[in-house]
Amino acid sequence: MRGGHSRARLATAAVGLVLVVGGFAWAVTDLPAFGHYHHRYGAYLAQHSLPQRGATNSINVITFDYRGFDTLGEEFILFVAVVGVVVLLRRLRGEEDESDEDINESQPLASESLRWLGVASAAPLAVIGAYVVTHGQLTPGGGFQGGVILMAAVTIVFVGGEFMIMLRLRARAQFLEMGEALGAAGLAVLGFGGLIASGVFFENFIPHGHRGSLFSGGFLTIANLAVGIEVAGAILMVLAELLDQRLLTRPA
Amino acid sequence: MNALLIVLLTLLGGVGWLTVTTREPTRQAVVAGILGLLLALLFFALQAPDVAFSELVVGSAAVPALLLLTIAKIREQQVAARGQEPAGEAGSGTSGSQGGEES
Amino acid sequence: MSVYPYLVAAWLLGCGLYGIVTSRNYIHLTICLTVVQASTYVLLLSVGYVNGAQAPIYAGISERSVVVDPIVQALTLTDVVVEATVVALLLALILQANKRYGTTDPDRMTRMHDE
Repeated sequence: MRGGHSRARLATAAVGLVLVVGGFAWAVTDLPAFGHYHHRYGAYLAQHSLPQRGATNSINVITFDYRGFDTLGEEFILFVAVVGVVVLLRRLRGEEDESDEDINESQPLASESLRWLGVASAAPLAVIGAYVVTHGQLTPGGGFQGGVILMAAVTIVFVGGEFMIMLRLRARAQFLEMGEALGAAGLAVLGFGGLIASGVFFENFIPHGHRGSLFSGGFLTIANLAVGIEVAGAILMVLAELLDQRLLTRPA
Repeated sequence: MNALLIVLLTLLGGVGWLTVTTREPTRQAVVAGILGLLLALLFFALQAPDVAFSELVVGSAAVPALLLLTIAKIREQQVAARGQEPAGEAGSGTSGSQGGEES
Repeated sequence: MSVYPYLVAAWLLGCGLYGIVTSRNYIHLTICLTVVQASTYVLLLSVGYVNGAQAPIYAGISERSVVVDPIVQALTLTDVVVEATVVALLLALILQANKRYGTTDPDRMTRMHDE
């Protein structure tokens, strides 16, 4: 036991833990045995995603089409969380002395080989990210995963010690913000597109294309692109803000 | 249920406990990355390649990177605060919260 | 053995909650929260698993194949990425709190706030 904890608090926590985890363990023993679950809804959607939408990755079809409304909500959580981060950290930056801004702009902290490795892997990573985003309806991947890889392509340049790129990125943060907002709005607009075209929110109103081709799945390609841009913009914005924080107070 | 799943689940349970009991934040961020990697492997074994992909890039790369940046920033804030006030207040806060790592 | 994955999920939930309760550092607390989230992922994906089934991606498998439940996968997928930004929000709050109080220990922070 550590000094800071009162005994009463730990005792309450212990009782709560036993109740929650015990109840949880008791509850799961009545679930369908592992590997024997008959998912009728899931099986129905999986079976029909290829005939109905021409897309081979039924998870992507469910995420952005059948349950697109859900994803819109999730996407807004992402959006609001990033807005929160930016609001919190920007105020912090405003409190700092302006003269600190340009102390460290050209001090590479990484070795030469690490810098080259960072620069050299950025382009292949960006290509992989774009591939993952655009092929989401065909193979595992899509906007969420591809967006993070796109973000990693920029970040790895930073890891290589190229602070200047991150600083420039921060100086043009409005583009990141615009990208993120456009991505978030893009999915909502797609939903309204369905509403206008066929009277159903998130109805897939774009022709479904040839089965298994890059442009199959109707609006899935656009939805993946929108989410990819939003996720990449969101996490880059967070990283740029944190980096900014870090750079400002690095001892000169 | 095959042997691979049993091994992965057992490892996951162990690393989960390790993640919680590692109190020093920098080490914990690394252990959390390993937890993300194990989760991704388990999701592959559970026939969920999409989720595995997601967990791989987020859990073992993006989140540890965010954590390490924040930890570095907090150390600098605390070092800067200690520099300004010679009184022991900020310094004892640092050693208490960082598990004595800074001394 | 048929409930082992669910029990692992329960174990992870317990670990995470224990860590949150006994945490002396908000960063440690945030990582414990990700352990709790990992427990929900394990539970969801284990429930959707079917013995001998394929991944629900119809590239190279027959359209009649038995597949695992794609719904739980779609749910988990979006949450994994959202988790990253929620962690970022928590970390930003921790940075602000540290700026104000000079500590990341919840107990110390409460005491300093009371003074």
